[in-house]
Amino acid sequence: MNPIYFDHAATAPISNEVVEAMVPVMQDVYGNPSSVHSFGRKARKILDDARNVLATSIGAQEKDIIFTSGGTEADNLAVMGAAKGNQHLGKHIITTAIEHHAVLHPAEQLEVEGFEVTYLPVNEAGLISIDDLKAELREDTILVSVMYVNNETGSIQPIAEIGATLAEHQALFHTDAVQAYGALPLQVDALNVDLLTLSAHKINGPKGIGALYAKDGVSLHPQQHGGEQERKRRPGTENTAAAHGFAKAVELMKENQKERLQTHKRYKKLFLDTLKEEEIDFAINGGRINVPTIVNLHFPGLNVETLLTNFDLDGIAASSGSACTAGSVEPSHVLRAMFGEGDERITSSVRFSFGLANTEENVQEGARKVAKVIRRLTKTS
Amino acid sequence: MKDPKDTRVVVGMSGGVDSSVAALLLKEQGYDVVGIFMKNWDDTDENGVCTATEDYEDVIRVCNQLDIPYYAVNFEKQYWDKVFTYFLNEYKAGRTPNPDVMCNKEIKFKAFLDHAMSLGADYLATGHYAQVRKNGDRYEMLRGKDNNKDQTYFLNQLSQDVLSKVMFPLGHLDKSEVRDVAKEHDLATATKKDSTGICFIGERNFKEFLSQYLPAQPGNMETMEGEVKGKHDGLMYYTLGQRQGLGIGGPGEPWFVVGKNVEDNILYVGQGYHNDLLYSDGLEASEINWALGEAPTEAFTCTAKFRYRQEDTPVTVTPVDETHAKVEFHEPQRAVTPGQAVVLYDNEVCLGGGTIDEIVKNNEYISYVG
Repeated sequence: MNPIYFDHAATAPISNEVVEAMVPVMQDVYGNPSSVHSFGRKARKILDDARNVLATSIGAQEKDIIFTSGGTEADNLAVMGAAKGNQHLGKHIITTAIEHHAVLHPAEQLEVEGFEVTYLPVNEAGLISIDDLKAELREDTILVSVMYVNNETGSIQPIAEIGATLAEHQALFHTDAVQAYGALPLQVDALNVDLLTLSAHKINGPKGIGALYAKDGVSLHPQQHGGEQERKRRPGTENTAAAHGFAKAVELMKENQKERLQTHKRYKKLFLDTLKEEEIDFAINGGRINVPTIVNLHFPGLNVETLLTNFDLDGIAASSGSACTAGSVEPSHVLRAMFGEGDERITSSVRFSFGLANTEENVQEGARKVAKVIRRLTKTS
Repeated sequence: MKDPKDTRVVVGMSGGVDSSVAALLLKEQGYDVVGIFMKNWDDTDENGVCTATEDYEDVIRVCNQLDIPYYAVNFEKQYWDKVFTYFLNEYKAGRTPNPDVMCNKEIKFKAFLDHAMSLGADYLATGHYAQVRKNGDRYEMLRGKDNNKDQTYFLNQLSQDVLSKVMFPLGHLDKSEVRDVAKEHDLATATKKDSTGICFIGERNFKEFLSQYLPAQPGNMETMEGEVKGKHDGLMYYTLGQRQGLGIGGPGEPWFVVGKNVEDNILYVGQGYHNDLLYSDGLEASEINWALGEAPTEAFTCTAKFRYRQEDTPVTVTPVDETHAKVEFHEPQRAVTPGQAVVLYDNEVCLGGGTIDEIVKNNEYISYVG
């Protein structure tokens, strides 16, 4: 049995082209980009070329791109770094209840350190309201952080509108665009963002590398202390090969963006149509404003742990919320924010996300297997 | 019976050596083995450390060694509702609960068994030291071969339906053999220390733990004649027959807990291990599970245990109704405790058991035991 992968929002397979691009860099370009000799210069060129590819892809300048170890570090640097760098202007931060933990937990840490954080609620479709944001904005607000695409439901927040709302305000605007990269237009000027988080492995690049866009002039306190790499904002010897692989993944993403999105849309439709055909009782969590790669389904009366374990035993890889360190599934904070504490959907929903590891055949086969599990469980429950 | 390779066995894995070896033996016999870790209690401390995490990591190591899939399931809510609430209520009533019996009845062999069955399992296996034997249409639960480790006392509430679905792969082994198997296969848990105490309390101080949930009400320690001998910290901290921690000095034999008066919050104490007040000649039990499936209708003799690892003692059992019975001891017994389990045996076969509700002496209930 070949298991079928429906968990691209967790991480996606790396493209062969990316691997092929990275291998020679790992083998031959071992110099330290900061070194003042030919080995260093060779590495520096690869790093800067990669930086350029990333910058161009979001309409930014090369010097505004900070390489990090991934999305989590970029989010931490954005939230903690911007808060610490601007606390002379105020100590109020606004974010949302449905952010990734890489934003929520830094925000909670800032509360411990004396900052005040407002968590915007979302409606049943998983969206914040601009009116709520306006109502919560204060003179001493220094940072607003709202994710572009939610990783659990795929819902898309009105980032450009938020950007416009904040245009005349002192607050910096950060968006975690990890799930949006490749799925939505991402031009920093059009969105009017100051800080934006990217990650390589969600777009078929290597794991262990991400980037933060920080607009020129944004005051950002480094979160680690060491060398002067990344314009003193992120110390540590740069991961040249991974940066090169990241850039390759971006190029591939740009090349066939339109067809790829069409394909993913077809996958999602085929998946849902097959479940309907099989007369499965389910509902989609979230509204109509979402990306084609992610769908979050509620299966009434069934428990998420039973569902996920059954799926895996039958060769279907899906997920839900986050796992606790002892392996069991934690109730999703995103669904809780959408539906309220105690709602049945929080403990009986599963996320399926589509991508490179899928074909029309395996999407349909996977949906049938899902249907089979649901039928078996509804019969016995 | 299906071929082992077509037979799915879910193994309840705790991260200990017993369940690790249970999984290993089943895998060697060719079964389709799935390891599942149960999380019943959140003991995350202020540093974010929780023993469940460490145990789960051991489950992962062992399952990777055995090349079997592993998962976790959370029964914290069920455990709280069915086991912990009962545990606290019993203490409040001045009795001594047995949460392990309740956990087996309500969680491991109910909620967890249902979960295993929902995964298409044919059997649920655990690392308990007990055996199941099919005898005609009946499933018999036998003591584990290692008499020192036999856990049928805690499994007394298992019904025929449950016994038809469980496997105890360690039942025919001694603990030392289990350790040897684990060492031979270099299992990650081969030398891990056995867990001790009640699972949710672990190594922690029992008094301190309990005081977080039940307000301690200190009161007097008195003899049955009303002579005050000292102060107690709260009745729930003491069990019948206990000697430690009383702090009563003076001449003569050492002092023991001989009873409790919940109404007036008095702990009764008496002198001498063999104090007559500690002895009884019968009990009444409720919530009896007849493990062989049918409740007897007439009196019969067999042997019984009133606590784990105690020697069996001969008794005569007179059923009152399907779930109640009177048990007469052939010899007086010391410190039989309300709230604990009485478990009955016919030689190697466990006949089932129930909860000790009343203690009887000379045909009268003795009320001072709590």
